[in-house]
Amino acid sequence: METSTNLQPALPRAAAAAGAFRPTDLKRRARPLEFLVQAGLFFCGVLSIFTTLGIVYVLGQESALFFTNPEVNVVEFFTTFKWQPEIGHFGVWPLVNATLMTSFIAMLVSGPLGLSAAIYLSEYANPRLRSLLKPTLEVLAGIPTVVYGYFALTFMTPLLRAVLGVDTVQVYNMAAAGIVMGIMIMPLVTSMSEDALSAVPRSLREASYALGATRLETAVQVVVPAALSGIMAAFIIGISRAIGETMIVAIAAGAGPNLTFDPFKAAETITGHIARISGGDISYASIQYESIFALGLVLFAVTLVLNLISKAVVNRFRQAYQ
Amino acid sequence: MSATTTSGQLPEDQAFRQYLQGRHRVGRAWQLFFLLATCVGILALAALLYNIVDGAFGYVAYEDKVDAATVSARPLEALSKDELVAILQENLSRGAFNTLNKEQPFEQRSQGDVYNLVLERVLQRKPVAAWSLTDSLTRRAAIDAELAEEHPNATLAFRSWLSPKFLQEPMASQPLYAGVRTAILGSLWLIMITIAIALPIGVGAAVYLQEYADTAKWYNRLIETNIYNLAGVPSIVYGILGLAILVRALELFSSGALFGVTDSNGRTILSAALTMALLILPLIIVNAQEAIKAVPDSFRQAAYGLGATKWQTIWAHVLPNALPGILTGSILAVSRAIGETAPLIVIGASTFITVDPSSLFSKFTVLPIQIYIWTSRPQVGFHNVAAASILVLLALLLTLNAAAILLRNRFSRRLY
Repeated sequence: METSTNLQPALPRAAAAAGAFRPTDLKRRARPLEFLVQAGLFFCGVLSIFTTLGIVYVLGQESALFFTNPEVNVVEFFTTFKWQPEIGHFGVWPLVNATLMTSFIAMLVSGPLGLSAAIYLSEYANPRLRSLLKPTLEVLAGIPTVVYGYFALTFMTPLLRAVLGVDTVQVYNMAAAGIVMGIMIMPLVTSMSEDALSAVPRSLREASYALGATRLETAVQVVVPAALSGIMAAFIIGISRAIGETMIVAIAAGAGPNLTFDPFKAAETITGHIARISGGDISYASIQYESIFALGLVLFAVTLVLNLISKAVVNRFRQAYQ
Repeated sequence: MSATTTSGQLPEDQAFRQYLQGRHRVGRAWQLFFLLATCVGILALAALLYNIVDGAFGYVAYEDKVDAATVSARPLEALSKDELVAILQENLSRGAFNTLNKEQPFEQRSQGDVYNLVLERVLQRKPVAAWSLTDSLTRRAAIDAELAEEHPNATLAFRSWLSPKFLQEPMASQPLYAGVRTAILGSLWLIMITIAIALPIGVGAAVYLQEYADTAKWYNRLIETNIYNLAGVPSIVYGILGLAILVRALELFSSGALFGVTDSNGRTILSAALTMALLILPLIIVNAQEAIKAVPDSFRQAAYGLGATKWQTIWAHVLPNALPGILTGSILAVSRAIGETAPLIVIGASTFITVDPSSLFSKFTVLPIQIYIWTSRPQVGFHNVAAASILVLLALLLTLNAAAILLRNRFSRRLY
């Protein structure tokens, strides 16, 4: 019995009179260090909420300053078609239009290509080919966007000009930026769609084959519809990425807001405008500085909504397979 | 499928075989299309790399405004540093010479540096035309003809825009003398600080979400959703956040004024690193969560069974086993940070700076910013310099990714 008290000297309440044995107290003990660690970790987790709050606060507050400016009003901001901060025209549509145009071109490229590649990788490619193709496509996803910008300006633009004529295609144009943006987004669409396709259970394919369908018929009429929610989510994330993309359009799409529907003309997107305006040394009190935040707010709201929709699409239409 | 006969029966024999062959033909055609679509991605990658290499090497023609023979009797390459400095002193105005000396005293400058100064300031050497690698290799005769016609006085030389000198020189206003040393150092500083900030916080958040958080609680679900959404916020918005909060509101802190640094504003490495940390935090958290999830529960049960507390279990068993995964994910997140440009433009990275960054509160530039600036300049030579710096950036990224793969292979043990 002597030994048992020696072994457990630190336990509370076990420090009774020497020689008397008391069973170890198994009740939960207060552990300040454990609590401290947990609190610290919780703080790390909560930091992300502060980031969001910070973004919302900063964008909201400075935008409010912008909109309360005598030169600006909210209705004009959303309904007029001229963006010339120097002379007090603040109609957001030229910028929005360019953003939509480039994003649309990007999705025109990355949507069909990305989905086709996903179908090939998931339904056709044998494991060896797959292990070769997939990492190569992923390399494409890891290349910095500024490099794509260089590529758009020094490769895609000259290519377009050579094919379509120097007169039709301007040096800075939305088409080149959009196409290269599509190439950049393609790996994202591919990998997300492929995940969705691979998640479709084998039994569906086998049932389709048993009914006499060919590989193509199985892929297009059975597997793709079954994975549609995932594919849609991939497309929406792709659009959101295209809208927020900055460097490619800042380099290749041109500087200067321009309301045009001709993809071969130069026009500045929302992101491109923010980058150009903030790149120069602007004073903190100027209306241009405040306009960055209003544009940032538009950008943030649009991408947030798109991300939420994509998440909702996945949750809503997800079919549970056993 | 539409080839069933009106009675609903499949057509027989010859007709059926033809119908089947038709379906298989369509199938093969589409298979080819799908394969081609996949190859378009790979072709684009090939075109991109080719385009960069094409720009980074090739013939360049340059002209001297002042003939070298009028400056010195001997060839400039053979002169010592002191003689070169003397030439500078002779040919530049006193003010210009003193400005140079003030930027960096001549005693501290290297021979190559001074030689470049002589070329740039005295001879006023400028590139007048540059050719891509493909042109240089295949159209040599045409290049000579073109040169003779348009720039009869120019000297033609084959130039590798990516060279050891390019890595060692700071930025310059002329593409012939420009280098990326300042940018590489800036990038390294930025990554180091970003990792130091983002890694502990990111792993901490992941541990909390994976080991402690009760998903039934609303605030834990909010944190999860929030991290998912933050990962989708455009990077330029982080730049705006950094500009308003770090550069402007916390200028006293981010410029180092609180710590006695006086010659700086808020556009410092520290502001940039904090912004980058916020940007890659969601990525690190998600990756670390996956790695922690992959540690089997039996490890935790065994530790608890031996009487370890929760934190002891995590610290001694969960984290060491999740470490390779965490590091791999973090390296991938960091390689995103290295290539990120837009937020740094908004934060206000310096567009022209020749001084190496020396502290948290230095002004800075990074490789992607240099690439952006050089790409945006239409003058001869800048695109080539941009291509060369892209090669440097890609090499840096490749090194990091190789490190990630090595780490994964070295430390990955099968966990059962």
